[in-house]
Amino acid sequence: MIAIIDYGVGNLFSLCSSFAAIGAEAEIVRDADALRAADRIVLPGVGAFGDAADKLRASGLAAPLCEEARAGKPILGICLGMQLLFEKSYEYGVHDGLALLPGVIRPIAERIPAGYKIPHIGWNALTFTGAPSPLFSRIKDGDCVYFVHSYAAEDCGDCVIATAEYGAPLTAAAARENVFGCQFHPEKSGEVGLSILRAFCEIS
Amino acid sequence: MITKRIIPCLDVKNGRVVKGVNFEGLHDVSSPVELAEYYSRAGADELVFYDITASAEGRALFTDILTETARRVFIPLTVGGGINTVADFDRVLKCGADKVSVNSGAIRRPELVGEAARLYGDQCVVLSVDVKRVDGEFRVFARGGRDDTGMEAISWIRRCVDAGAGEVVVNSIDTDGVKGGFDLQMLDAVCRAVSVPVIASGGAGCTEDFITLFSSLPRVDAGLAASIFHFGEVKIRDLKEEMRRRGIPARI
Repeated sequence: MIAIIDYGVGNLFSLCSSFAAIGAEAEIVRDADALRAADRIVLPGVGAFGDAADKLRASGLAAPLCEEARAGKPILGICLGMQLLFEKSYEYGVHDGLALLPGVIRPIAERIPAGYKIPHIGWNALTFTGAPSPLFSRIKDGDCVYFVHSYAAEDCGDCVIATAEYGAPLTAAAARENVFGCQFHPEKSGEVGLSILRAFCEIS
Repeated sequence: MITKRIIPCLDVKNGRVVKGVNFEGLHDVSSPVELAEYYSRAGADELVFYDITASAEGRALFTDILTETARRVFIPLTVGGGINTVADFDRVLKCGADKVSVNSGAIRRPELVGEAARLYGDQCVVLSVDVKRVDGEFRVFARGGRDDTGMEAISWIRRCVDAGAGEVVVNSIDTDGVKGGFDLQMLDAVCRAVSVPVIASGGAGCTEDFITLFSSLPRVDAGLAASIFHFGEVKIRDLKEEMRRRGIPARI
């Protein structure tokens, strides 16, 4: 069973529907026992980092999520959920993340040339970096996915597995061992997105 | 590289697609769910559903349709029509919409844009505006293009973007239905005024109109159309291949 963490941030309808569409058993969970019982965990999220980090900690699920991640369970953070996996964010102040991935979250405005619109919104191509990731076992370099974000991960060392070109290469996906993050929305990225979710379900 | 988006728009009344649709291989040509799936397979980057229902029963049918579509179609879904309050946002977002487009509701009560943006984020709020030239200026029209509000369009759009609208759909009444191409002059004026994505609507008659749009106005992010897609006059797949051939980034 896949646990989709509900900590009061964002709408989980599409995410649940997309797992249903690939025949995966997913459940919305709000307590630590259900999280521990799951085979794999998805951390979704939209909105502002500080608020989401507070809500995740207040839900009591941050600590068990980190324990499960360290025990080797496959974890997938999506959009803001991905950002929460990193060490810190500089969105309206400085906020601590879960530090399951190395790196910090900064405004993309600091990196991209003038004239590029913010948020980075729309379909952009993935450029794979580093060693082939099991998350991309069913898609190919250059496939497009759907982004909506104004902040992105930086200083991630060798954990970046894909970038998207938007005046500068933005971190599109990152991974370290069993912990994965997608800045884009696989649940809104058509067949390519479903293939990424399918691949995540196959990671052992 | 970010791609230019191609967005078919479906008018839905009492749970059915209104404008005539003519496709082979579709069992039920007026089923919004089937049509949405068809477009998603054909390469649409996003879908817009406009609810043009007046009755409460029709509205309930619309949300059922929306839920079913969001269960089966995994591309961004924008919903418009009859959005007057934050409760209307809530109703359609719960059914799987990703973005909500406001038009007359924002004209009646401009605070709606800011209220919704604070609750759901700027990326969720799409300002849709029907614009027509009157006495040498761009004028905002309400109620599906029937009423002249007297407001100048560029300042209205700027005001809504400042309040939190994350995208703008510009529908030119002057070119709508004429099939002679998008309203480049109007779109250029909007692109110069705001820094959020601009979606062109009204006037597309053929593939070349999209090529002209994106080549002459690189700051336009997306092209929206209804009947030329519904009647198969322009096939999305062919359109995107032509865009790529002509150096315009497109998702295939």
